[in-house]
Amino acid sequence: MLKKRLTLEQNRAMWGVIFCVPLMLGLVMLFILPLIQSFRFSLSSIELVEGGFSVMYEGFENFNSLFTSNADYPRALTESVVNMVVNVPIIIIFSLFAAVLLNQKFRGRTIARAIFFLPVILASSAIANLDISSFVGGAVASSGGGDGGGNLMQSFELKKMLLESGISPLLVDYVTGAVDRIYEIISSSGVQILIFLAGLQSISPSLYEASRIEGATGYEIFWKVTFPMLTPLVLTNMVYSIIDSFSHNNINQLISETAFRTFDFGLSAAMSWIYFAVVGIILLLSTWLMSRKVFYYD
Amino acid sequence: MKGPAAYAEQFVIQYNPAEKTKKWGWIILRTLLVTGFCFIILFPLFLRLSVAFRSKVDIYDPTVLWIPKHFTLDNLKIAIETTHYFSTLLNTLLISSGTTLIQLAACALAAYAFARLKFRGSGLLFGMVIFTIVVPPQTIMIPLYLTYRYFDFFGLVGLFSGKESVNLIDTFWPFLISSATAMGLKNGLYIYIFRQFFRGIPKEIEEAALVDGAGVFKTFYRIMVPNAIPAVVTVLLFSFVWQWNDSYYVSLFLSKVKVLSTGLMDMGVAIGAEPDPVYQSMLMNTGVLLTMAPLIIMYLFVQRYFVESVERTGLVG
Repeated sequence: MLKKRLTLEQNRAMWGVIFCVPLMLGLVMLFILPLIQSFRFSLSSIELVEGGFSVMYEGFENFNSLFTSNADYPRALTESVVNMVVNVPIIIIFSLFAAVLLNQKFRGRTIARAIFFLPVILASSAIANLDISSFVGGAVASSGGGDGGGNLMQSFELKKMLLESGISPLLVDYVTGAVDRIYEIISSSGVQILIFLAGLQSISPSLYEASRIEGATGYEIFWKVTFPMLTPLVLTNMVYSIIDSFSHNNINQLISETAFRTFDFGLSAAMSWIYFAVVGIILLLSTWLMSRKVFYYD
Repeated sequence: MKGPAAYAEQFVIQYNPAEKTKKWGWIILRTLLVTGFCFIILFPLFLRLSVAFRSKVDIYDPTVLWIPKHFTLDNLKIAIETTHYFSTLLNTLLISSGTTLIQLAACALAAYAFARLKFRGSGLLFGMVIFTIVVPPQTIMIPLYLTYRYFDFFGLVGLFSGKESVNLIDTFWPFLISSATAMGLKNGLYIYIFRQFFRGIPKEIEEAALVDGAGVFKTFYRIMVPNAIPAVVTVLLFSFVWQWNDSYYVSLFLSKVKVLSTGLMDMGVAIGAEPDPVYQSMLMNTGVLLTMAPLIIMYLFVQRYFVESVERTGLVG
């Protein structure tokens, strides 16, 4: 038995490596290698042959054709980016608001919370989302304008009112657009509400006590205490919402269809790489912009 | 004798009407908002429920708004038949619960290593894990498919069985392998949640366990995991639900074996012969309801723990 005794530090490091072995295997086999392979595919054309596939190097042919001859891709890409830019701020503001609301003490709070988190359970599937809108549309058409018609009217009135009060049309369109898509927004902000709520619970009560004694009003407390304490979570939520908004849009469908309907694996890989680059740039930009505003208490 | 002004002043001091109005105004506004949002969330659900039991006659009857005149279970019957509900339900249950449990173990282990068992390169490894969250799954979709289509685990399979590779498509293996190696659906996020939570547990507890003679692994499953119950519940629920609703990986890896989310697509084809588009979407709606029903029933039971746990998880960035 010539086993050298390890120090505690070394022993723990060894266990750390052991605990990470599955993860490392997975990272290499299911992430890093596929990533490299996908990059190689994007530069080549692939043909399925007996018992495998053959890869032929083609340079930047795929990337070129995407922007010069492909009709759908540039449009789908801009569409999803614009959707993201429009939706993410609304989602964050709404979820912050909802979290503050749900954090207060009132009767029926448990039920209200349970209902607010219901979308996390139900609406994460794209099919369910897609179908409900088409169905509600059908129901309204057949029954001659029920509640759906009422909704439409409301937003119309609101728009008129806001425009008459002299707010710029661009902003009005944005706000009324948000009101029209309220179901979509609520259903995609479940996780964000959870994160904000967890953050609200972790703010120490002594901060609130001190500001009460100093004579701050509820409004001031929100902007001077609650909001700065939540800014790290705003960053977290922003990153999450961006990734989430990209995970169900029609560009994904386009990529999958290119791969498994027309079997153009190379083109599909090129699509996904450009897509990834765009997501990455947006993430970097927004984190960089936000991180200058973030306030860390400790 | 006091004048009316003095009475007014006393009234203000005693009852403070401005403050009271403000308080009650806020309470009323808050109640309105909360009920309004709850209504928006619940409305589609109730609509689905109401529509699922309507017969064909009721669709064009403008007097039927919520409660169907001709109550029927036909829609349900058709939906169950076309989606092969019970076999797909079984498949979904197997995949979801299997991956959930395996993922939980794999992610918790790795997260504990990242939180407490530092080794050289662990920071870099954690960076890679965060990177997996950011990379869209589409980017590695094709190579992933090919990996499982011609699966040979670093050449080991070829070495032992003599065959070039194994085809794992249309089996449950891709899900089990991905979750066992903590590379399944959104596993980076779970590792992150666990790591944050483990870091919040005081080091002294661990040291006490060490002094009492517990090894690293024993410390992990006797001390750390029981202390991290809120994180465990959060991850369990999230991973179960997301796996249940996922149609992306399922349609990638399974083409013959059906689960609920892909069964719905089949249903669209199966009822395509139905001439009336409104009735078609009514049937689809019943199918969607059937897909969600088990989740809703489960949520009714666990929502209490879930809401409490998430708050204590402290997902702080």
